[in-house]
Amino acid sequence: MNSNGCARDMIDEENARFEGITSRHKDSKGGLIPILHEVQELYGYLPDSAFVRISKTCNIPLSEIYGVATFYSFFSLKPKGKYEISVCMGTACYVKGAGRILDRIREELDIDVGDCTEDGKFSLSACRCLGACGLAPVIKVNEQVHGRLALADVSEVLNQYE
Amino acid sequence: MKTNAQIEEIRRDTFSELIIRKGRKADAETPVKHVMVCAGTGCTSSNSEEIISRLRVQIEKHGLGETVKVVQTGCLGLCAKGPIVIVHPDDCMYTMVTPEDVSEIVESHLVGGTPVTRLSEGDSQVVKDFFNKQMRVALRNCGLIDPENIDEYIAFDGYKALAAVLSEMSPSDVIQTVKTSGLRGRGGAGFSTGTKWEFASKNEAERKYVCCNADEGDPGAFMDRSILEGDPHSVIEAMAIAGYAIGSNQGYIYVRAEYPIAVHRLKIAISQARNYGLLGRNILDSGFDFDVDIRLGAGAFVCGEETALMASIEGKRGEPRVRPPFPAEKGLWQEPTILNNVETLANVAPILLNGAEWFADLGTLKSKGTKVFAIGGKIANTGLVEIPMGTTLREIVYEIGGGIPGGKAFKAAQTGGPSGGCIPAKHIDAPIDYESLIELGSMMGSGGLIVMDEDTCMVDIAKFFLEFTVDESCGKCTPCRVGTRMMYDILDKITQGNGTEKDLDELERYARVITKTSLCALGQTAPNPVLSTLKYFREEYIAHIKEKRCPAGVCKQLIVYAIDPEKCTGCGLCKKNCAFGAISGEKKAPHAIDPEKCVKCGMCLTKCKFGAVTTK
Repeated sequence: MNSNGCARDMIDEENARFEGITSRHKDSKGGLIPILHEVQELYGYLPDSAFVRISKTCNIPLSEIYGVATFYSFFSLKPKGKYEISVCMGTACYVKGAGRILDRIREELDIDVGDCTEDGKFSLSACRCLGACGLAPVIKVNEQVHGRLALADVSEVLNQYE
Repeated sequence: MKTNAQIEEIRRDTFSELIIRKGRKADAETPVKHVMVCAGTGCTSSNSEEIISRLRVQIEKHGLGETVKVVQTGCLGLCAKGPIVIVHPDDCMYTMVTPEDVSEIVESHLVGGTPVTRLSEGDSQVVKDFFNKQMRVALRNCGLIDPENIDEYIAFDGYKALAAVLSEMSPSDVIQTVKTSGLRGRGGAGFSTGTKWEFASKNEAERKYVCCNADEGDPGAFMDRSILEGDPHSVIEAMAIAGYAIGSNQGYIYVRAEYPIAVHRLKIAISQARNYGLLGRNILDSGFDFDVDIRLGAGAFVCGEETALMASIEGKRGEPRVRPPFPAEKGLWQEPTILNNVETLANVAPILLNGAEWFADLGTLKSKGTKVFAIGGKIANTGLVEIPMGTTLREIVYEIGGGIPGGKAFKAAQTGGPSGGCIPAKHIDAPIDYESLIELGSMMGSGGLIVMDEDTCMVDIAKFFLEFTVDESCGKCTPCRVGTRMMYDILDKITQGNGTEKDLDELERYARVITKTSLCALGQTAPNPVLSTLKYFREEYIAHIKEKRCPAGVCKQLIVYAIDPEKCTGCGLCKKNCAFGAISGEKKAPHAIDPEKCVKCGMCLTKCKFGAVTTK
């Protein structure tokens, strides 16, 4: 099979999963938020085209879907980097210097919160309490948690990711 | 589907197997051991999963598979010393265990019978102090059972209260018991739980709902997460009891999507309860139907407010609405609904099993029972504690919490998160209960307790909380949307050194308006962190304004980096690392920082090995 065939298979599979999500929830009460959760899990973010499709399949106005998606900070309308850095800005982390850690990462990567590096490698977000207050200050890179972080450790942690 | 008799049998059998966890010695014939490894979020983040898998491999390797059982438990509370491993029945607690320690634990302790004192003795006093003053009601099973195994929950009287309620009590008996116990909502406001149930029960609508608020939004609080991770069935059982009391057949748990372990364990717990017929149709052959579904939150703090939470379950933007009508009258999908917090629900089964009087005897005159706190910030033993209401802040900070690290002085404790306030050192002997915290200008909140020392700037903390509320304000009402931003701008101005004394009057004026006119509790309480820091630490605001000085050395614009020539060895490390060429000096001679070039990035401070870089 040539590479185009492979890509087409992937798109077909994504489409099938997408349809599965919408058909599972479209008739259930309050199904829109579960749909957005699952679609974001599928694509890593919520692309514009997904809004249009959800709107058509579930018969919900586009404006309403957009309104809900932008209300909640968990939903992202921009693609994420290969490595998603979340800096915990809970109070326990903040009093232990999370603000300075965030500044340092911003400087190191030269991006702002909510953005992605040009090469698509890292994206940066400041998140609410991760609940690992015993390890404050904490950052999470994808699912990997780095705790008890000192300012001087920042570049070393980032360098671990290829 | 199981009958009540079958559930009783499971309880007896599993309990006799688990009794060694309650300090009972196993008999010499069968040297059974249970190795409990904390798999809460904190310990998982420090690699407890790897510890569990290595333990299992090593135990098999030594042929101990029949007698030694490895159990992953919920949070034990002492997160600062995690990962934690406990061996029963030897009552031996290992702290700060690494995967590399596993083979020694297996070979020396489990095979050889000699505990590894290197891992148990260093912190033994800390462990003793930490647990000594605690009383575990809501956290009764956290760390004691495997949260993914319903039989272990049943073994320690799980679902016994539900069975008793369904067979022996009328809905109004249940409500009366909860009312008499004095249980009040643990989510913040402290409303009587029994009274809330009574309102909903009196409504004769055909459909009613029971909702559980597990959208723990207070930054720095993780009580509810720990209960869901360590003992999810306690919440499910209580929801079924609440359903019976008010006449509802459907419950929803609204839980943060940011808590993947809690969501995973809840899903397992719900499906196990359904399999046993403890959820679903005709529970324990009583004719009562009840089921529970999970709804994921999506990162909006305002959804902790009850009407906003219900809008979110309905699939809408989580915006609050005017009350009345209260949810007990018109809630989810316009039907009568009760909303209880996770910790509140975790108290319900023990109250019904032990009686209202037992619970009412705990705590203070108006605040009954215990309260779980997540203690964090500048404190030695960060973690989760459950104490009887009325315990003093001093006991929490210095006895249970082990004091402030580095010999620093206690400055204040913040309770109630962005809706609460701080309690300064002069009130450290105040008892912790609903009323006395309100009197001090703070509030109980959901249970976050952040300790601050002399290096914490109170103006900066007030700004931190305001930034949070500005960000999380849903925007529906003007006082909250615009007012909190106006307060934030003033605080920002002050921390930049551009504030005036008139600004403090303005802050207080805005606070009054926002408190009085906001639509929901998010806005009404948003000014509290500013008001309480102004009340107790006004001199710090004045120092920022008049002297252009941040006494704690935090506010970036007001601090100056300098090198102490006495301590500087002239190693040149700071100069090499300064990206802005602000540091000069000859090798082996004291260096100096040019304040004109310095951008206050703090790199020199982190690089200096001699503590020669100072901020003032």
